[in-house]
Amino acid sequence: MKNSWWKIIAVTLLVYTLIGGFLFQVPRLNIVNETIRSLYFHVPMWFGMVVMFLVSTIYSIKYLRKPSVSHDNFAVSFANTGLLFGLLGIVTGMIWANYTWGSPWHGDPKQNGAAIALLVYFAYFVLRGSVENQEQRARLSAVYNIFAFAAMIPLIFIIPRMTSSMHPGSGGNPGFNMYDLDSKMRMVFYPACVGWILMGVWISTLQIRIKKLDEHISELEDEKNN
Amino acid sequence: MKKTINGLLVLGLMLISKTLFAQQEVEMADAMRSNGKIYVVVSILAVIFAGIVVFLIFMDRKISRLEKRLPEKKINS
Repeated sequence: MKNSWWKIIAVTLLVYTLIGGFLFQVPRLNIVNETIRSLYFHVPMWFGMVVMFLVSTIYSIKYLRKPSVSHDNFAVSFANTGLLFGLLGIVTGMIWANYTWGSPWHGDPKQNGAAIALLVYFAYFVLRGSVENQEQRARLSAVYNIFAFAAMIPLIFIIPRMTSSMHPGSGGNPGFNMYDLDSKMRMVFYPACVGWILMGVWISTLQIRIKKLDEHISELEDEKNN
Repeated sequence: MKKTINGLLVLGLMLISKTLFAQQEVEMADAMRSNGKIYVVVSILAVIFAGIVVFLIFMDRKISRLEKRLPEKKINS
């Protein structure tokens, strides 16, 4: 457990989020009432997802510049964790929407955009699963991954802001003021984001290390057979 | 003079009552907070989160052990 200080930071920040998120004061607002606390848990999922996908894209670009199995490993592991965060984000968003908007799926531009973005990333894994040759799979999926990231940004951050949307932060105003995020809420919200991003990196590194072990073992087996 | 003072007083009271009213209007889980049941929720979530973290730590250590069992050369390639 050397060099694990950042894992400790991640856990500390998230414990703080759990406690502060439920016990600290929040603005008293109509309709959302106490569910405003979901912001501490729902929104960091999307922050985590975007950061994981960004790291994944960077490794895909790195792979195309200099093909190596390691870069491909990083790209797929981070995309995997990003997809996990995205799914959790969309499910938590549906629960919250059911309470505040009246139905879990409202056809809101932000919701639809997020769903399409997740489908685009699902296709990344479908593509990976359908190519046998390892080098080909890595190269094709690296190219697709860059496209997927380029598609996700407008779907989640641009289109919902161009139309009217019930989702806070949409409909022309990208600022955080739309969340009625007062300074007290920021004290929990930002640590939550950092905590979940670090947690996502931790989960991704576990996947990367398992994949490395797997490759290593199959190399040893190949040597034995020869 | 008296009228203006009275007027200001009324205005002040109105403002106070309005803020008080606005606070009562929005329903929050104040009862849960005052009788301490909110701590039940927080501790349940904390236990679940602790469980997940302990699981991650054990997995991390298991992977570290496996990495040590393999020869060095390829791990950082």
